[in-house]
Amino acid sequence: MAVHGPVVKIHPVVLASIADSYERRNEGASRVIGTLLGTIDKHSVEVTNCFSVPHNESEDEVAVDMEFAKNMYELHKKVSPSEVIIGWYATGYDITEHSVLIHEYYSREAQNPIHLTVDTALQSNKMNIRAYVSAQMGVPGKTVGVMFTPLTVKYVYYDTERIGVDLLQRTRASPNRTNGLTSDLAQVGSAAGRIQEMLTTVLAYIEDVLSGKVMADNSVGRYLMDLVNKVPKIPAEDFESMLNSNINDLLMVTYLANLTQAQIALNEKLVVL
Amino acid sequence: MSNPVLVSGGSVLCVQDLLSVGPLVPESFRRSGSGVALLVLVNMALSREPAAAAAANSLDSAVKQIQIEGLVVLKIIKHYQEEGQGSEVVQGVLLGLVVDDRLEITNCFPFPQHTEDDADFDEVHYQMEMMRSLRHVNIDHLHVGWYQSTFYGSFVSRALLDSQFSYQHAIEESVVLVYDPIKTAQGSLSLKAYRLTPKLMEICKEKDFSSEGLKKANVGFESMFEEVPIVIRNSHLISVFLWELEDKSTVAEKHELLGLSSGSYLEKSLQMLMDRVDDMSQDIVKYNNYSRSLSKQQQQKHQYIQRRQQENAQRQSRGEPPLPEEDLSKLFKPPQAPPRMDTLLIAGQINTYCQTVKEFTAQNLGKLFMAEALQGHGS
Repeated sequence: MAVHGPVVKIHPVVLASIADSYERRNEGASRVIGTLLGTIDKHSVEVTNCFSVPHNESEDEVAVDMEFAKNMYELHKKVSPSEVIIGWYATGYDITEHSVLIHEYYSREAQNPIHLTVDTALQSNKMNIRAYVSAQMGVPGKTVGVMFTPLTVKYVYYDTERIGVDLLQRTRASPNRTNGLTSDLAQVGSAAGRIQEMLTTVLAYIEDVLSGKVMADNSVGRYLMDLVNKVPKIPAEDFESMLNSNINDLLMVTYLANLTQAQIALNEKLVVL
Repeated sequence: MSNPVLVSGGSVLCVQDLLSVGPLVPESFRRSGSGVALLVLVNMALSREPAAAAAANSLDSAVKQIQIEGLVVLKIIKHYQEEGQGSEVVQGVLLGLVVDDRLEITNCFPFPQHTEDDADFDEVHYQMEMMRSLRHVNIDHLHVGWYQSTFYGSFVSRALLDSQFSYQHAIEESVVLVYDPIKTAQGSLSLKAYRLTPKLMEICKEKDFSSEGLKKANVGFESMFEEVPIVIRNSHLISVFLWELEDKSTVAEKHELLGLSSGSYLEKSLQMLMDRVDDMSQDIVKYNNYSRSLSKQQQQKHQYIQRRQQENAQRQSRGEPPLPEEDLSKLFKPPQAPPRMDTLLIAGQINTYCQTVKEFTAQNLGKLFMAEALQGHGS
């Protein structure tokens, strides 16, 4: 499917907000709409924030609270002045005629507004997240219409966002979808566990290749070479001295920290005497 | 060699924790330096677990647990990332509701920073507008707390205390969420929730910050803030979207958590610790001066009274009327007692720094052992 137009990069915050506002929608409303905020680049549009806008939709007409939208945008601008309105979103699978009207309104606010649909009703067993940009079509002068052309959607994260999302991913596993924040040593432990798992998978693959069950793939073999070479070859004594000096540094710092804590506790007792 | 491990602790739980760290542990027994390191690790793990459990059980305040929506976490991270570079703090308001003894935080919105001295910028107005608008879209508009980002863990300050006190005074269950972006960037989300202990609330209410007041309430730096455990919750829809993300996302999983470099973070933390300790020592010097001058004054008072009595006795013996009792308090004005609250705050801050440093070193020790295990098979 040939795609013209900018690439849409979405941050996970936006999708979480959309899902949340869908869950909180008014009785009787079948879908939610809202404004997308972000930054525009030469070839891409980065969506970093959004807020929902109350609207009423019935068979023949649609009413969007424009005042509200403007107000919210002003408020948001105070916090992040670099974000601009770049489009709008709607939940639901299809693009209706009302969407066209709403899109027109948004084209007054932004140059080439992006329309994002998020299928929260999960009609096709997946949450289809699609972006469109509108293009004029038809016979000029007579029947003019608007066509929505799809765009590629990518997900981008900041580094810290990635870590947050990883943590959130872990809530999928638990039955009531919760997850506590683990203590630090346990985190290292679980990271080690994950690496162990990965190593077992790799080992299993190698066994299979060796016993001929799976065809050897050269590129995978090259990756494996890289992996094995990554463990630095340092003579044992050097490594041991490095390790010990590092350990000693850390131990010294721990000792100092404990000492300081003991000191302030003592100081407090003395003052209170 | 397994004796030291068991002897230095009493809790079987923690030894099990250690064992679960993996088969890496027994190999280190061979090396000399690491035996000590292991003991230290055990001590740290042991001291943390019962303390955390004790803290959770002994919370005598209204809130025993905090439940945060994933959305809030993402928003806080994004806010810092975009608006707070360097050591500026970013702040925002938390919205949610209280269910039984759980505080549920369902949404949040950021506060613009005060860097541009906008004379006509009205914080209250902004907040009111925001809450009104959010109410239109059915978002919980109940204020339940606020969040703040911190730089290397330095958040125990007068400003925080005052803000949290006013929040907690108005709303019983409010908390402050402290987000540490630098620690998060190292691999694990660092989000902590704090409340003021009831004892501290009492003191703030009375505004009695002198040492007698603090002594009366028996507040130490450890009982200033209490940490409330956090649980993250996601609705079903967001879980669906998370699955989708995992599918479509092309960003490979980075393993910052397992990076071995500790130098820069440790340096910075220790530097801040040193600054605080300097502040503390200055404070101590001030207090010493004060107590010294107080005792000197007492002495002078005694001497004066004695002289007075002597004179009076002499006068009586001579038959003259005794000198009137002069108002001692006017003669000997007691020196200004230094405010103890700052000391308490500094002590609290130092304590936090030490805790963070210890957590960090514990993690790094674990990682070093892992590296050794990877290398050890070959050597």
